[in-house]
Amino acid sequence: MKALRNFVDKIKPTFSKGGKLGFLHSTFDAFETFLFVPNTVTKKGAHIRDSIDLKRTMTIVIIALVPALLFGIWNTGYQHNLATEGDMTFMQMVLHGLIKVLPMVIISYGVGLGIEFASAQIRGHEVNEGYLVTGMLIPLIMPVGLPLWMLALSVAFAVIVGKEVFGGTGMNIWNPALVARAFAFFAYPSYMSGDKAWISGLLKGEGIVDGFSGATPLANAQAGLEIPSFQDMFLGLIPGSVGETSTLAVLLGAIILLYTGIASWKIMVSVFAGGLFTALFINMIAPPDTYMALPAWNHLVMGGFAFGAVFMATDPVTASQTERGKWIYGFLIGFLVIIIRLFNPGYPEGMMLAILLMNTFAPTIDYVVVQRNIKRRLNRAIIK
Amino acid sequence: MSDHIRLRRGLDIPLKGEAKTQITKTISPDSVAVKPADYKALNARLLVKEGDKVKAGTPVLSDKKSPYIKICSPISGTVAQIVRGEKRRLLEIIIESDNNNEQEEITVPNPKSASREEIIETLLNSGLWACLKQRPYGTIPDPGIEPKAIFISGFDTAPLAPNLDFTLKGEIESLQSGIDVLSKLSQGGIHISLHASNYASSPMHRLDKVIIHSFDGKHPAGNVGVQIHHISPVNKGETVWTLDMQCVVYIGRLFLKGVYDLRKIVAVTGPRAKHPAYIETLPGMNFKEIKGFADIQKREEYSEELPIRYISGNVLTGDNVGANGHLGFFHNQVTLISEGNYYEMLGWVKPFRLRKFSISRSYFSWLFPKKKYSLDTNVNGGERALVMTGVYEKVTPMDIYPMHLIKAILAEDVDKMEQLGIYEVIEEDLALCEFVCPSKTEIQEIVSNGIQLMIKEMS
Repeated sequence: MKALRNFVDKIKPTFSKGGKLGFLHSTFDAFETFLFVPNTVTKKGAHIRDSIDLKRTMTIVIIALVPALLFGIWNTGYQHNLATEGDMTFMQMVLHGLIKVLPMVIISYGVGLGIEFASAQIRGHEVNEGYLVTGMLIPLIMPVGLPLWMLALSVAFAVIVGKEVFGGTGMNIWNPALVARAFAFFAYPSYMSGDKAWISGLLKGEGIVDGFSGATPLANAQAGLEIPSFQDMFLGLIPGSVGETSTLAVLLGAIILLYTGIASWKIMVSVFAGGLFTALFINMIAPPDTYMALPAWNHLVMGGFAFGAVFMATDPVTASQTERGKWIYGFLIGFLVIIIRLFNPGYPEGMMLAILLMNTFAPTIDYVVVQRNIKRRLNRAIIK
Repeated sequence: MSDHIRLRRGLDIPLKGEAKTQITKTISPDSVAVKPADYKALNARLLVKEGDKVKAGTPVLSDKKSPYIKICSPISGTVAQIVRGEKRRLLEIIIESDNNNEQEEITVPNPKSASREEIIETLLNSGLWACLKQRPYGTIPDPGIEPKAIFISGFDTAPLAPNLDFTLKGEIESLQSGIDVLSKLSQGGIHISLHASNYASSPMHRLDKVIIHSFDGKHPAGNVGVQIHHISPVNKGETVWTLDMQCVVYIGRLFLKGVYDLRKIVAVTGPRAKHPAYIETLPGMNFKEIKGFADIQKREEYSEELPIRYISGNVLTGDNVGANGHLGFFHNQVTLISEGNYYEMLGWVKPFRLRKFSISRSYFSWLFPKKKYSLDTNVNGGERALVMTGVYEKVTPMDIYPMHLIKAILAEDVDKMEQLGIYEVIEEDLALCEFVCPSKTEIQEIVSNGIQLMIKEMS
């Protein structure tokens, strides 16, 4: 450890301001702080500080994403096997999934972090850790059939237009990962929806078995076709975006996030509650044998509902920032998802648009909540 | 009977080195320092020069705008040195003791019969007026304004804070005399807050002419600002006064015996204090006098000595004054902690780090609620944009949105600051937010800037 430290100390002047490679000091700093917790001590204010920092926070979120990622890798192989009626073993499925998913992860991190480093360099800031999570989220919410160059373009769009133009991490209005998905969704709709995008190989016309449909349960439900069993959907043995299919894997992540208190339980609970209540209400008034009559709990395990509720809606930067606001924000996301799913003929999934819409309105919700606090303070003055 | 207020939000930082309740040393300092920075927004004018003879109670500083506000020497002796910093800013006046303890003559009226004006005049002349603070802003009050009420906290919840029941138990007579004096200053009465756990056993429980409130909760429940917020919050245009229990003792001694006597009992605490205990001393004492408390340690992986930070005050709000620094006027506590100027390889990713404390469950310190930690001054991360939300609220037991207030201050939006409660907080009330902030934001500095801006805008 000491040798490495000495080495870092030796090359540090080269990368400091005024040094030969001084213009790279943000990059150097990012790697140095990655390797070592810096030796900075408190100068002003409180002399001791809590041990948590953003690196630790972001690491916890990435750990929470691991079950969904691993399941997604396996499921990619599993779905491919179903579609081609192959006889792949477990390991072959995992291998197939790895070959498909790993490049997505690498592209996402490579392109995204590249832009992050460059913009930190231009601004002279330290590199922010926010993208470590975004970079993992993006491949998990994309269909596996998406060509890598489209993924790269979406990532670049999300980081530049979705985040950096607002001032970087902490300043963005919309969840950057969802901006990437929205970009791909509207720019390349044929790769982001339909029956073929969700299973590897299908878009390239690799052998499809007669009678096999690669459509997601949501698309089937909307078309009035049969959907898989609740259990299959809960476990995630269905086509869909890489990491979103298994509600079980997502819930494992949710346990980590809730236990550590990194994500807001208020948002998670209220998204599920909003979705469930809205769907239950519509169930009550729905004509029988229609999509509207689909039992409410199915909505919670279909598509990206659970993944969105646990990992996307809870992004603290783009969510509501007041504790009361979080309840309203989450509930409205759940509500909107069901409304979009049931009453919009255009696309079967509503999670992405519901969260992006509520991201847009989160500041308004906060404004109302804070304004009530201000009013309380003013009224207090009148009473006395 | 009083009201009982229970605060659920807050945090007691489990720091090692609580002072044992016994006085192990009585110090008559050879020299003391008077520090203008102890008094917020004081625009100091120097009244003495090097070589001048002073007595205990001789004014050495006054305020440029309000010359009747004076700061006095705690001891008799000679002005040895005037220490100035950048731009000739006055930092310290060092006074060397002559060990005669000569007193400036002060005529005190009988508090029972004296009028409000007479009492104010005596406090101003004695220099004890500067003990008072006003809310909003925490500055020295204007004697021309009658406050809504006076608030005094009877307990301190800051990390390793001195036990006031112990330090003040011999001062009941002075306390009562001080209360008698203060009760002439405001129609709204004197509000004293005690901790619910030792409510009845506290010597302050027996004080007369006061309204007693009981509080239950973690830090910052002992902060007078938090208490005011729950008892009778400061609205726009209102003023309340606050002071420390110790300062009530000073005022009491002045009116009882006619002496300017600042002796107090101070806790020497912290993970690097060898035998943490109490000492009897004067404000302005040089830290050389407590050298014996410093616990010399070697760094584990290196052979060099592990440096100590000498803090006058507590770890959240105190001043880093160095081994030869001086005790602040309002500080009843010294804290010695390790400097954290070391690198830790991949520290943020290590799963356990059992020696680190965190309010967050991403570490495991919550599994050991009884464990005490030897925390150091490492920032534990880099400064970042504000990302996490809902963290500050957990340690702010007030109906205030700290994050929004901080953002209003950063935007210098005076109207919003006013609406969001800038009148109700001073730096110490939001110090815990600074401790817990994962983005390592310097919140106390931001609040301080906000208060300065308000003073400028409102004057």
